[in-house]
Amino acid sequence: MHKLLIDAPGEEVLLLGNEAIARGALEAGVSFATCYPGTPSSEIPENFFRISMESDLYFEYSTNEKVALEVGAGAAVAGLRTIVTMKHVGLNVASDPLMTLAYVGVKGGMVIINADDPSLFSSQNEQDNRYYARLSSLPMLEPTNTQEMKDMTAEAFGLSEELGLPVIIRTTTRLAHIRGAVRLGELKPIQTSAHFEKSPFHFVAVPAVARNLHKLLLEKYDQASEKSEQGPYNQVIGDGKWGIVANGAAFNYVKDAVSDLGIGDKVSILKLGFSWPMPKGLCADFLKGRDKVLVVEELEPINEDALRALAQEKGISAPIQGKGVGAFSRLYEYDPGMVRKAVAGYFDVDYEPSVVVNTSDLPALPGRPPNLCAGCPHRATYYAVKQVYGTDTVYPTDIGCYTLGLLPPISMADFVICMGSSVSSGCGFSRATDQKVVSFIGDSTFFHSGITGLVNAIHNNHKFTLVILDNGTTAMTGHQIHPGVDTTPLGVERTRISIENLVRGLGVEDVHVVKPFKLKKTIEAVKATMEYDGISVIISQELCPLFAKATGQFKKSKPFYVNQKKCKNHRDCINLLACPAMYLDGEQVEIDKNLCVGCSICAQVCPENAILPLKE
Amino acid sequence: METKRLVFIAVGGQGNLLASRLLGEAALSMNIPTVVSEIHGMAQRGGIVESAVLMGDVTSPIVSGAEADVLIGFEPLETLRALGKCNGDTVVITNTHPLPPFTVAIGQGAYPSPEKSLELIGAKVGKLISFDGNAIAEEVGNPLSLNMVMLGALIGSGTIPVGAEEMKKVIAISTKKAFLESNLKAFDMGMAKAN
Ligand code: SF4
Ligand code: SF4
Repeated sequence: MHKLLIDAPGEEVLLLGNEAIARGALEAGVSFATCYPGTPSSEIPENFFRISMESDLYFEYSTNEKVALEVGAGAAVAGLRTIVTMKHVGLNVASDPLMTLAYVGVKGGMVIINADDPSLFSSQNEQDNRYYARLSSLPMLEPTNTQEMKDMTAEAFGLSEELGLPVIIRTTTRLAHIRGAVRLGELKPIQTSAHFEKSPFHFVAVPAVARNLHKLLLEKYDQASEKSEQGPYNQVIGDGKWGIVANGAAFNYVKDAVSDLGIGDKVSILKLGFSWPMPKGLCADFLKGRDKVLVVEELEPINEDALRALAQEKGISAPIQGKGVGAFSRLYEYDPGMVRKAVAGYFDVDYEPSVVVNTSDLPALPGRPPNLCAGCPHRATYYAVKQVYGTDTVYPTDIGCYTLGLLPPISMADFVICMGSSVSSGCGFSRATDQKVVSFIGDSTFFHSGITGLVNAIHNNHKFTLVILDNGTTAMTGHQIHPGVDTTPLGVERTRISIENLVRGLGVEDVHVVKPFKLKKTIEAVKATMEYDGISVIISQELCPLFAKATGQFKKSKPFYVNQKKCKNHRDCINLLACPAMYLDGEQVEIDKNLCVGCSICAQVCPENAILPLKE
Repeated sequence: METKRLVFIAVGGQGNLLASRLLGEAALSMNIPTVVSEIHGMAQRGGIVESAVLMGDVTSPIVSGAEADVLIGFEPLETLRALGKCNGDTVVITNTHPLPPFTVAIGQGAYPSPEKSLELIGAKVGKLISFDGNAIAEEVGNPLSLNMVMLGALIGSGTIPVGAEEMKKVIAISTKKAFLESNLKAFDMGMAKAN
């Protein structure tokens, strides 16, 4: 049985933040779950995927976040408890349905999990999605630890039903990817279907209806404000004259700082867990009793600005500061030492920080950026394209493992901003410059938001080459399925969509399906696209070896070795491919047979034929 | 109890996330308040993967610069790089087997000599425990058991209040049968290195 399905109320278990969220949803009897995976949210749907195989939970990996939210909207408006999960930039994609779903509202509780990524551990930006709560007028909850992640998720469904609004839960990397003790509650039965009650004057957001709905939303917003005043997630801890306001992960750093500095009797902390609508009454009362106030929040000064405005409105003169105190800035995540120092500095408390060892005499250390895995098919595709298109070609790329093609020696990523941008920006680059353009996009990303760009490219007669890196999975986020995946080895039945048929169906005439480990043929296909006047599409098909191994589809091949008698040591293999299985032993190139998966691409690149399969 | 802040540093694929999770579970089984943090995603493709385990009266899941009580390094270059987490009292436990990054192979920088690295680390921190963890993993016939060796050394070092028996119980629950014997052996041999 899946570990999140254990029926053991009261038991304490160690859960990943994302697992705690999934468990919380199950404790609320969630019936319907949709998502597009994205770090740091991906483990929530991974758990739902497996849970759906052994329970009545409906779960799907939707094509993208907008689709996920709309699919979820159908279920929630019909009356099922629904959860939709995504990373912060995913909510940009889903923001269109979000803004008007707020007007229309829901019947079954709907919880939207949004995972922000301060410090950009695995993202293209570190936008602060607390703004989406303000933009949409939807309630937002911000847990601070694994227990709250479970509890808040479970309760958010009820809150959503009382208000008739989706509720957004905002986590960050340091919540999604921590493990902590969680005391389990009771699991609720799953309702498997609902009957949709028609009410077009509530659900069809044409102007005449939406005008009323907006009014209704503001009324619901006022009700939500009342609820946020009452807690339990907004609370004041302590009654000292020094005030600290904190939310999310930073709350923990504040709590530890206060105890490390021994100033518990002097401080009171306002913890904002139900952070939007802001509990204005509670906040004003808090500000009134303080000598000075420090606002501790990662990324944007949202609470800080709101509290200043509130103080002005209420005629409260206590100084309120946040950004600019100590090292607090709008950049990156905070950490415990930084918060301790800022708190000590702001309230003028003496303390001796730990002293870091002297690192000034360390030698310069070589970097260790992430790299495509040994035997990754992307490495072969990149190599083939570069052989033909060289270095002056513009290479717009996209979001996935293959974005690592940015790094030398591949160095074939010139532009990326968001999912799908490789295809549409390729249109722009090819029209605006006299350079050749080859765009790279992964299979999952192509389904997510590359198709519309390709339609545009065809319709507007753009001329460039699109390489679809089809490795049969959504690799970067942990190997999830997508519409192009053969799901039979995973034990689920989903209809597979052929990328080739899709592309041909759209009218692309120059289509090449290649196997990237067949280097010669791949290079020939790439050459053909160079000659072609119009849109060419290369579909480079080879399973991600990690996914293949995990799903029993890996065809074992012999590892390769370098025959030192033949090797002339010009190092084309290392310098052009940099497969992590290769290393230098003194001056000679060697291959680590434990890492090599036998893809053979280095053997095809070596001009001396010095790389050969190992004979056991 | 006294707060303990532990940092695990490794190269993607070396299994430090499993090690820190199992330690967290063992601590929880002894009713020691624990929080673990991990980094998932891009770094796991051969980059540097850090995890942290904090025990005792603490709620923050991460360890700031200079604040590690114990640093467990799975690779000597990465142990060296993580020295900013250490102060003069930190106990450093490191594997000595080098895993040069591909940047070295393509001529972007040189791999520092492991002997020199150990000397530098040893001179700066409270205590240094070092050994070839990969050799032990090879010896027990399970190259993937490096994380068990490192966990063994951590428990053997006596720096944290988690006992070997509790740790082994958790390892036993989470290990596939085929690897159990070698994992436990790796753990014991790691422990012996630190005793
Ligand atoms: S996980 Fe798969 S797709 Fe990603 S780098 Fe590794 S081999 Fe390539
Ligand atoms: S065959 Fe060559 S390129 Fe492929 S995994 Fe082995 S060493 Fe790397």
